[in-house]
Amino acid sequence: MNFYAIKAIYLFEMARTWRTLMQSIASPVLSTSLYFIVFGSAIGSRMAEIDGISYGAYIIPGLIMLTVLTESTSNASFGIYMPKFSGTIYEILSAPISAAEIVIGYVGAAASKSIVLGLIILITATFFVDFSIQHPFWMLAFLVLTSISFSLLGFIIGVWAQSFEQLQIVPLMIIAPLAFLGGSFYSIHMLPPLWQTITLFNPVVYLVSGFRWSFYGVSDVQVGISLGMIGIFILICLAIIAWMFKTGYKLKV
Amino acid sequence: MQSILSVQNLSKVYPGGFHALKSINLDIYHGEIFALLGPNGAGKTTLISIICGIVNPGEGKVVAGGFDIVKDFRSARQLIGLVPQELSVPIFETVWDTVKFSRGLSGKPLDAAYLEQLLRDLSLWDKRHSKIMTLSGGMKRRVLIAKALAHQPRILFLDEPTAGVDVELRRDMWQMIRGLRDNGVTIILTTHYIDEAEEMADRIGVINKGQLILVEEKVSLMKKLGKKQLTLQLAQRLSEIPASLAEYPLSLSSNGEQLIYTYDEQNEKVKITDLLRRLADLQIEFRDLNTSQSSLEDIFVSLVEGK
Repeated sequence: MNFYAIKAIYLFEMARTWRTLMQSIASPVLSTSLYFIVFGSAIGSRMAEIDGISYGAYIIPGLIMLTVLTESTSNASFGIYMPKFSGTIYEILSAPISAAEIVIGYVGAAASKSIVLGLIILITATFFVDFSIQHPFWMLAFLVLTSISFSLLGFIIGVWAQSFEQLQIVPLMIIAPLAFLGGSFYSIHMLPPLWQTITLFNPVVYLVSGFRWSFYGVSDVQVGISLGMIGIFILICLAIIAWMFKTGYKLKV
Repeated sequence: MQSILSVQNLSKVYPGGFHALKSINLDIYHGEIFALLGPNGAGKTTLISIICGIVNPGEGKVVAGGFDIVKDFRSARQLIGLVPQELSVPIFETVWDTVKFSRGLSGKPLDAAYLEQLLRDLSLWDKRHSKIMTLSGGMKRRVLIAKALAHQPRILFLDEPTAGVDVELRRDMWQMIRGLRDNGVTIILTTHYIDEAEEMADRIGVINKGQLILVEEKVSLMKKLGKKQLTLQLAQRLSEIPASLAEYPLSLSSNGEQLIYTYDEQNEKVKITDLLRRLADLQIEFRDLNTSQSSLEDIFVSLVEGK
């Protein structure tokens, strides 16, 4: 293992976060705060409880997931797209490092950022809503696994993308809708039966449901299934990345 | 001489079907400066990129310092530094951070003293806290060199190091390359400036259309350069060279109108007057005369145009 290389990539990526502090931390925190104010306090106070939880508290896990999913994807995709775009990728490709080490560096950094971001939003939420966390360990586990899995997805998008537009399009057009329709703001049991079934094809449902369970002990789908789905998702992403490096897909000719 | 880099039967066909390299065989000797000459699109960058791991190798094999570049890629790449042709630098980073980053990528622990010396040697030390985007083009090129040398490689590739560089920086660059060679670094540079190869290289390779068409010591190439030709436009055609002139290395053009005398400027100066006197004795008159020197450029052009 070339630990110096992993560290170099990781620190390089983290340094990018500090350089773009407004964009990477302040802006997602601000937008989530707005959700808390609008949905949690203003509208939430007039809404009925869901599964015995006040609406303001109910949406916290979903809101954190929403941010973690989009930020993981866009951070990781940008991280590997930039060197491709500027040409500095030559250095990564010609360094004595393996594909696994490159991925650990880039994906590790993107996931770290998302985890920190998720925790900051969690702290922010305490200013707006009263809530408790029943399973703190599992809460962290879901946060970490989700950050990793969507950072892996972001890495794939970054390797695939050949323009800034392509880079933006997946998080905007696919991840965000999936996150909104994945039960961030509602329980899927509130949907008509047909839509309940269709929703089960949305992977985000399992993430939000499992994450919410770690907070309040209630979930739309079983926790084991949630964990299993995340595991499968990570394996699929890893397989795609392994194939990309093996063939040099859009990295080498 | 001991080979530090050995390219064996290396071929590369790009996905579009372009045959970029055709069975290249090349040995680079330890501690030499090797110049790879060739027109644009000849395959210079492809060859370097395969050795460095940026382009997938096709058929064949490359061994660097005894390590196969595919099977033992870690050991091989630790020995190799690359200065790319394009000014691809992380513009938002500072000089110091990016050099440290390059050092880390190679898997070596930070050596601040070495990196400081490196930046001082490249006149970058005063700029170490500057963001790269604020540097001039020449400075950016130095940053690329510093990055390539950050892990103390034994083999350094310079892909068109002086393309778009002003005369002064070019001199500096040559000076620096010689300094590296004196420290035992083997240097392979590509260029399409022939004078650069003449100035720098111990050996010269010419590549064209994916084929290595010549690899020769610069000194022996220079010997060819030393050859001069005196061409006499004869007033009357000759059918053959008179027997009494047999001692001179003469040749007659096919139409019999030109008598060509090939000589070495250094040794045989006297013989020109000698020859002309003999011609006068034989009453061979000429209308005009000119001398020419074959340059590396002529050799290069004739090679590249496939003779």
